[in-house]
Amino acid sequence: MANKKMAIIATKGTLDMAYPPFILASTAAALGYDVQVFFTFYGLQLLRKDLSNVMISPLANPAMPMPIPMPVMVQMLPGMESMATMMMKQKLKKHGVASLEELRDLCLEADVKFVACQMTVDLFEFDKSEFIDQVEYGGAATFMGFAGDTDICLFV
Amino acid sequence: MNFDKELNARGLSCPLPIVKTKKSLNDMTSGQVLKVISTDTGSVKDMAAFAEQTGNPLLAQEEVNGEFVFYMKKK
Repeated sequence: MANKKMAIIATKGTLDMAYPPFILASTAAALGYDVQVFFTFYGLQLLRKDLSNVMISPLANPAMPMPIPMPVMVQMLPGMESMATMMMKQKLKKHGVASLEELRDLCLEADVKFVACQMTVDLFEFDKSEFIDQVEYGGAATFMGFAGDTDICLFV
Repeated sequence: MNFDKELNARGLSCPLPIVKTKKSLNDMTSGQVLKVISTDTGSVKDMAAFAEQTGNPLLAQEEVNGEFVFYMKKK
């Protein structure tokens, strides 16, 4: 019997939104799925060798639990984004949640295929040398070629 | 219960216990038994789901001193 398939479109490049594609992709691969993730727009940030710029912002993010109530006027101060990112990473580590780098490596080890959207790579003038080597490049039609035959297809 | 390999997944959160279980099974041969120790509450349902979907039978599971212990046979 052929393996089940899952396709994910990853469009977000913040720390919180980086987790779902990598968690679902690594888990599906462990369950025996063939998995492809198509990274487009801000999702391209997740393919960079250096993920230290993947951050979380408390600003315009009212659902983010904060240790103390924080007015928007405070959230917009310089350095707040770095601080929130640092706190979030500490929290993730404390709870035994894998880092993005680790999850991404687990995906690659499990043969999850990463496809970067060529159009948005050009649009944002990304240098391909900034991306990890395992990335393939393609467009919407490339994605459909795989997605049209999947059991699970998600947009993140 | 006898086992051939042990995976210490203590302190790890979803999806690591599952992904590491799969990795451990990759290095084993059919019929061997993997013991997994996890502290992640979510792993109880997830290990059962993993077993069901991959066809590797979950021979037994128990809770010992707040830790979850699973015995999985490689199919």
